[in-house]
Amino acid sequence: MSGLFDLAVAVARIAIMLIFCLTFVVVLTWAERKGAAYMQDRRGPNRAKILGLTLGGIFHPLADAIKFLFKEDFIPDHVHRLFYQMAPMFALAPALMTIAVIPFGPPVTIAGKTIPLQIADLNVGILYVFAMSGLTVYGVILAGWASNSKYPLLGGLRSSAQMISYEVSLGLSIIGVVMVFRSVKLSQIVASQGELLWGIVPQWGVVVQPLGFILFLVALYAEANRTPFDLPEGESEIVAGFHTEYGSFKFSMFMMAEYFHLVVGSLLVATLFFGGWQFPYLASSGFVLPGGFSIGLPGAVVLLLRIGALFAKVVFFAWLFIWVRWTIPRFRYDQVMRLGWKVMLPLSLLNIFATGIALLLVA
Amino acid sequence: MAIGIKKVARPRRMSMGETLYLLEIVKGLGVTMGHLLRNIVRQENIPTIEYPEVRRVMPPRFRGLHRLMKRPDGSPRCVACFCCSTACPAVCITIVAGESPDPKVEKYPVRFDIDMLRCIFCGLCVEACPCDAIRMDTGWFTPPENTREKLIYTIDMLLEK
Repeated sequence: MSGLFDLAVAVARIAIMLIFCLTFVVVLTWAERKGAAYMQDRRGPNRAKILGLTLGGIFHPLADAIKFLFKEDFIPDHVHRLFYQMAPMFALAPALMTIAVIPFGPPVTIAGKTIPLQIADLNVGILYVFAMSGLTVYGVILAGWASNSKYPLLGGLRSSAQMISYEVSLGLSIIGVVMVFRSVKLSQIVASQGELLWGIVPQWGVVVQPLGFILFLVALYAEANRTPFDLPEGESEIVAGFHTEYGSFKFSMFMMAEYFHLVVGSLLVATLFFGGWQFPYLASSGFVLPGGFSIGLPGAVVLLLRIGALFAKVVFFAWLFIWVRWTIPRFRYDQVMRLGWKVMLPLSLLNIFATGIALLLVA
Repeated sequence: MAIGIKKVARPRRMSMGETLYLLEIVKGLGVTMGHLLRNIVRQENIPTIEYPEVRRVMPPRFRGLHRLMKRPDGSPRCVACFCCSTACPAVCITIVAGESPDPKVEKYPVRFDIDMLRCIFCGLCVEACPCDAIRMDTGWFTPPENTREKLIYTIDMLLEK
């Protein structure tokens, strides 16, 4: 009975997280197109109709999906057939796997059992995230190489160089957070961010690690291949980069992987630097304000507020990804490399050093 | 001529705040968000024309699709003189003349086809016509069609426009 209960809980958690992320990906594609249109004084998608309703073009992702599913699954003659077909899977799978360690709510107690709202509370937490995000580059390189044509290869090469350089600063920018919260377990990091700093400010990662936050955000944009670092698919230079030779559902898998990275990235920023599911000044019994005031709230409301807080943060950061994309032009390739190695890397090392000194002085 | 030195204006050196980019990025984000909010609040100000439903009003002298004029009794005004097809640089007008039943009129066009795929909308046919039988004042540009055959306009289609 107990085993069955555990199984049901595990399946439910995976289902909730996966359905949330996939739905969010679908909505994001719409938000990207519509947001881009309005920022550029256009109208954006507004044609797909269901029962005469367009609802601001919200049905366009559905139409896209149907189109991708029913298109011919074309494989060009000159490609490496096995790797060509593996590449989209390699792009999508690591992104999907990363969500496993992200806590989306506080532990809840059902029928006398404490259930962490997290698919797997791994003790290596952040390391697992980096292991998975390191794998995503394989999808891009495989796609670029297996396509056996010049622009995809250039895109794949660019992306491998870029991802490897930014992976370094991405990892180093996190070390400050790990040092402050003394854990690599994401559930532990989120729990620590509920405490107050000097009794006033919530001890969020962005408060204790402002430089780390900026470095992480920039490196994340480069990792997710989003503008201003979307060199692997620079349309104006190399057609579409690594997915030039892809069509139908394989192309849509690359697109899904890109947006999934965006969701996972937003989840990670929220978890590491913005308190994850922590709502400011909300303890498990209700609001506790610094002046000594407190407002009691039932447990269910607290739980919903906390999950809602994470959701709001994720929506904001996902929107920030889109917002930045339609604001900043693409970097030149040498500028990307210079930023990665000559600015980001020294700054992230400096951040670790400064954090170490600060911790030594405080303790 | 003496060789002079010309000072070329170089871009100003960026200040410390500008080289950090962060503040400038935030400013840029402000600009795009301003556009977004303005366009959401005042949708009517977006310059996009929703084409099939709303059509751009063309200026009065716009050379659009051709039409053939009619006499008061409904017969075509064209007398099949071949002036337009002779003037046409794209050779897109095909006329087959027939003898007119009206004794005052010598000929009338049995066929008058314009191949819109070849037409370059130069308006020379209109200028060549001695009796103002062909005009290009419909204000329409060529609509899309599924087949090439549908874009060869016959005399009936041209008279209806």
